[in-house]
Amino acid sequence: MSPTSEPAALPSVEAVADGCLLVSHRLTEWVGNAPTMEEDVALGNIALDLLGQARGLLSFLGDEDQLAYFRDADKFANPAICASPNGDFARTMLRQVFVDCWLEQVWSTLTEHEAEVVRGVAAKAVKENAYHRRHSRSWVLRLGDGTEESRRRLLLALEELWPLTAEITVPGWRESVTGVLVAATVPVPTAASVDDSAAAACASARRELLAEMQSLARAHPGASW
Amino acid sequence: MALWEVFVRARGGLHHAHVGSIHATDAEMALENARDVFTRRGEAASLWVVPSDAIVASDPADADELFEPAMDKEYRHPTYYEVPDGVANL
Amino acid sequence: MADRERLERFEAHVAAEGKVESDSWMPDAYRKTLVRQISQHAHSEIIGMQPEGNWLTRAPSLRRKAILLAKVQDEAGHGLYLYAAAETLGTSRDEMVDALLAGTAKYSSIFNYPTPTWADIGAIGWLVDGAAIMNQVPLCRCSYGPYARAMKRVCKEESFHQRQGFDILVTLCRGTDEQRAMAQDALNRWWWPSLMMFGPHDTDSPHSEQSMRWRIKRFSNDELRQRFVDVTAPQAAFLGLRIPDDELRYDETAGHWHFGEPDWEEFRRVLSGDGPCNAERLERRTRAHVEGAWVRDAAAAYSAKHAETTAA
Repeated sequence: MSPTSEPAALPSVEAVADGCLLVSHRLTEWVGNAPTMEEDVALGNIALDLLGQARGLLSFLGDEDQLAYFRDADKFANPAICASPNGDFARTMLRQVFVDCWLEQVWSTLTEHEAEVVRGVAAKAVKENAYHRRHSRSWVLRLGDGTEESRRRLLLALEELWPLTAEITVPGWRESVTGVLVAATVPVPTAASVDDSAAAACASARRELLAEMQSLARAHPGASW
Repeated sequence: MALWEVFVRARGGLHHAHVGSIHATDAEMALENARDVFTRRGEAASLWVVPSDAIVASDPADADELFEPAMDKEYRHPTYYEVPDGVANL
Repeated sequence: MADRERLERFEAHVAAEGKVESDSWMPDAYRKTLVRQISQHAHSEIIGMQPEGNWLTRAPSLRRKAILLAKVQDEAGHGLYLYAAAETLGTSRDEMVDALLAGTAKYSSIFNYPTPTWADIGAIGWLVDGAAIMNQVPLCRCSYGPYARAMKRVCKEESFHQRQGFDILVTLCRGTDEQRAMAQDALNRWWWPSLMMFGPHDTDSPHSEQSMRWRIKRFSNDELRQRFVDVTAPQAAFLGLRIPDDELRYDETAGHWHFGEPDWEEFRRVLSGDGPCNAERLERRTRAHVEGAWVRDAAAAYSAKHAETTAA
């Protein structure tokens, strides 16, 4: 690596944990509402994997429930895109491609983390992530190269989500994502620049998500479930 | 969406067994859907999906002629043969 | 072979515990009854995802969230196994789904009740899944092969469903005063609807005799209901909860728990579409189906495009 290049920005373990937790939550919002019953099952699986990954990392950082339910929204460290609302199925699947490609790089790095627990979570996650990437890629291809309507929705989703990808700077991400977009016959945008209003919208979405997610636990502080 | 039959070979199993069917528009989605629906409890080491209309099945009306004749040929079974006392490893 | 002779052969075969497969000859009434029963069962699984799915986003611990997600996912899977079993009888999944959304197909009315508290999730697992298991285990020996096989799979998965519900209630009953009160309140609301899951009294159940003769049904409604009360009453005692039935008492001589009469008027009302959540359940299901149409169309279009290119 040349001395003048910037070190790749690797997300903190906390950012990964929170990212997985929130994306998992977004996917659970689809269960019972997916376009096919098979997809209800599939999204459930992915949500469970991501939840498991979040739990593994949160338990390493402290008490998983304390961190998930009793931390305020502004203390969460996730990349903004992980809190982004589902929108329609095209937006959800495109977001999933972006997040899956991010996690691909992240988990690979974390298999070498100094803590054994984190290495263990990462080793399992690498396999789960391979399946998630396969699934989200399958859908983005079918939506990009399906009907005019699906393509229109996917292109709109791309326009809305792309600004949020400025925050993702792990090496390898852009190449992976480009591969998927090209196969989906979708034009690949130039690198995104940071968009504060898009990020603010996600912070607001995160507050709403957590307000619902944390509501019951916070109503009974100290209780066991 | 077409109907596909799903066959799973269990971990440590010898052959694929029919476990049910799913709907999917193409082979790739069929494989993924079958994996999601039928292998959540660690059952599988291998998965086949076959379009349902590719299956050729025997006609139940032919069951007698297809399967009855095999019933009375006991000499195909080892138990038909008496092994004399004192003979080992047979 | 004349139909009459076929019917006699069929009934003898079934009475001797023989299996019927999708390509066997079967009386029209047998086929119709099974399509109705299996599709109703499938619809129930899918609709059943809603009352519990309601709490997925608010599950109070990550462990409970994971467990509930796995359970709701299983229910989608059960719906799939059952639709597939019904399809072997000559109907299509689309036809069955259309009937559900049009309101002409029934599903278990237990799912027309709301789930206002987290304790309801526990009660549903303990009581509703408990009752379902009691109905379903005998179905594993049903004469119709595809249904029996689907039921075996379902039953294997269902027992975790009941255990997780009971586990939720154990934790609540050992918890704070509010949690205990939540558990008791849920039991108060779910007890009678669970008893009604076994259907009307045997004397008011016209299909039962034929279904028993054809080995689709093994035990009568009242027999199963009695068994359920016998099994569940001690479990409630363990939880320290009171079953909301003033007549409930153990009859030493009979060796059974004597219990009161369900409100059959309520049963009829909810069954005919006038329950608390009937409209909401169908509306949610319809919305998912309608909003998903463009996705299904896209998958079909992609598949058609690529079938052409590989054929060429």
